[in-house]
Amino acid sequence: MSEAPVKKGKRKFELDPRLASYKGVWVFVEHERGQVHPVSWELMGEGRKLADMLGVELAGVVMGAPGEETRRFCNEAFHYGADLCYLMQDDILKDYRNEPFTKGLTDLVNAYEPEILLLGATTQGRDLAGSVATTLKTGLTADCTGLTIDPDNRSLAATRPTFGGSLLCTIVTLNYRPQMATVRPRVMAMPDSDASRSGRIIEQPLGMVESSIITKVLEFIPDANQDKPQLAFADIIVAGGKGMKRPENFQLIWDLAQVLGAEVGASRPVVQAGWVDLDRQVGQSGKTVRPKLYIAAGISGAIQHRVGMSDSDCIIAINNDPNAPIFEFATYGIVGNAMTILPALTESFRQALATAKKAG
Amino acid sequence: MHIVVCIKQVPDSAQIRVHPVTNTIMRQGVPAIINPYDLFALEEALRLKDKHGGTVTVITMGPPQAEGALRKALSYGADDAILITDRAFAGADTLATSFALASAIRQIQKNMPVDMVFTGKQTIDGDTAQVGPGVAKRLDFQLLTYVSKVSSVLPKEGQIVVERRAEGGVQLLKSRLPCLITILEGNNEMRFATMPNMFRAARHAVKVWDREAAGITDEDVVRIGLKGSPTVVSKVFAPTPHTDPAEMIDVESGNPRDIADTVLAKMFTRFPVVAKEIAKRA
Ligand SMILES: Cc1cc2nc3c(=O)[nH]c(=O)nc-3n(C[C@H](O)[C@H](O)[C@H](O)COP(=O)(O)OP(=O)(O)OC[C@H]3O[C@@H](n4cnc5c(N)ncnc54)[C@H](O)[C@@H]3O)c2cc1C
Ligand SMILES: Nc1ncnc2c1ncn2[C@@H]1O[C@H](COP(=O)(O)O)[C@@H](O)[C@H]1O
Repeated sequence: MSEAPVKKGKRKFELDPRLASYKGVWVFVEHERGQVHPVSWELMGEGRKLADMLGVELAGVVMGAPGEETRRFCNEAFHYGADLCYLMQDDILKDYRNEPFTKGLTDLVNAYEPEILLLGATTQGRDLAGSVATTLKTGLTADCTGLTIDPDNRSLAATRPTFGGSLLCTIVTLNYRPQMATVRPRVMAMPDSDASRSGRIIEQPLGMVESSIITKVLEFIPDANQDKPQLAFADIIVAGGKGMKRPENFQLIWDLAQVLGAEVGASRPVVQAGWVDLDRQVGQSGKTVRPKLYIAAGISGAIQHRVGMSDSDCIIAINNDPNAPIFEFATYGIVGNAMTILPALTESFRQALATAKKAG
Repeated sequence: MHIVVCIKQVPDSAQIRVHPVTNTIMRQGVPAIINPYDLFALEEALRLKDKHGGTVTVITMGPPQAEGALRKALSYGADDAILITDRAFAGADTLATSFALASAIRQIQKNMPVDMVFTGKQTIDGDTAQVGPGVAKRLDFQLLTYVSKVSSVLPKEGQIVVERRAEGGVQLLKSRLPCLITILEGNNEMRFATMPNMFRAARHAVKVWDREAAGITDEDVVRIGLKGSPTVVSKVFAPTPHTDPAEMIDVESGNPRDIADTVLAKMFTRFPVVAKEIAKRA
């Protein structure tokens, strides 16, 4: 993709008439252990906009073991904007496995012909998207940060970072359908849920037998939640960068986070130096976050960090270099030594919390 | 046991600069490295070879200078190396890349059956994580992605058990050879090249395959390179700062506490959502 030569200017484009029957926007509803991955609803919000631009229907695709759960997922999909759901139920689909999910989704696409198919760029979504796109021999744009419709030719224009995040590129899939794209969690905003919405369900069988499937799940070992940071979904994040200088100083980040009940985030050099776990890395090769408050101390604001956190509601940046790039997009900038500003912030927040507590 | 490892030579993106005026990539002088994620795949393959014996073949599709990446891989201990290079491959997206790689692997299989194909999790330039799944589908191999650990292989029985990183946990999967595994980063460290291997790497004849040698017929030319790529880059641009610069807090006057109080006061007024979030924690 990165090697494709760049063609400038508007391209004249007529869709092959054989592909004209492909209509509608689909979102694959990913779930694991009884819960839909939030990225699916974020995509549903985005899919709604695309479907409205095209004047077509928005559908969710729910695949799983038969039972109440899959029905509930369909209903949730309606609440988040779907007009209909394609439901495929089979015991074989209890755990995610590449082979049956690829067959099921590919069959659904061939039967109902959507023009756009969106999946989360998760371990499950990327595994499935790559397999389905290859099986269907269609285009797939991975890890998009923006999706829109090109008004000239109704095609999906998918924007993603390229060259290590230094540049963005917009990619189109011309004479192939569906146009497939994946998006990372938290890149798109979570839409509101409207419990009054409902929709229709179209069921289709998987048509496989377990004995024909080679790969078996022997066990699922869930992550122990307590020691896995839930960075992506934190409402407040205190993050430190290389400017914290020494691992001991990083304690100041933890102190503030503790007072705020916040998660701790970090830039890549901090993770590489082993000061904190990989799970805490924010940015292009780490997590995308969109907290209400992001406090960045000693972080320069390189583009690869920025893409992971610039959608935070409010960003407070502390950096001793007045020309640090982070000040170009933070909400509040403090030029100063993080080692003295952080403890002061900790105290101020402590006091604000005490005041709020008194006020009830 | 025969393992094919797919590696890619990439520009060291940490050193890429974007021209401030033309917004084009300044590639001059940017060193080329083996995609860092692929080193985890290569090391895992070498470890399996240490344990079970066998052969590790590295392949790459790229321009002639990608031979450097293959020699490096040989110096780490790979047994054989194949460079798949042809003008016809230029401009390939993931679908076209997987077609070419799968075709080359089928050619390799004609000499020696392949038990496993390893790829990295993703590249740092393409960054799609899609080539591995694509190759697996085209070869009709079992696909095991995001593997953090190869727990056991029974080459004779053709059985394999791996740990796969899933959402919210680890799947322990039992599968069958031949399979394609995309290896997760961080679970091993590339060994040092030994002196003998360095000498061997320098002398080793890297096989160079053009389109035909890679088994791609005239008919299939439309399935590789730019022609075989459904996705088209329509625009490349620098991210525009759509946000306003930060409101700078005056630090001249105050001591740190005053500065901190000022920020909080401003923030609570302008961002009721943050004030509410903080109040929740009181
Ligand atoms: C392919 C690729 C992927 C990447 N992915 C990521 C990613 O996911 N996440 C990520 O974060 N980075 C990523 N990077 C790295 C990124 O380019 C930057 O190198 C990195 O974000 C810089 O981290 P930093 O701001 O902590 O360190 P630096 O750039 O070294 O900045 C440190 C900052 O601290 C300030 N400082 C120094 N002393 C003090 C003090 N006493 N008080 C206050 N401020 C001080 C300095 O002025 C400076 O601005 C990636 C790079 C590449 C090439
Ligand atoms: N041109 C190539 N030659 C050989 N292997 C490749 C090539 N491109 C991608 N790969 C392999 O596929 C993996 C995923 O690449 P990508 O889909 O580009 O993120 C990489 O880690 C490599 O192992």
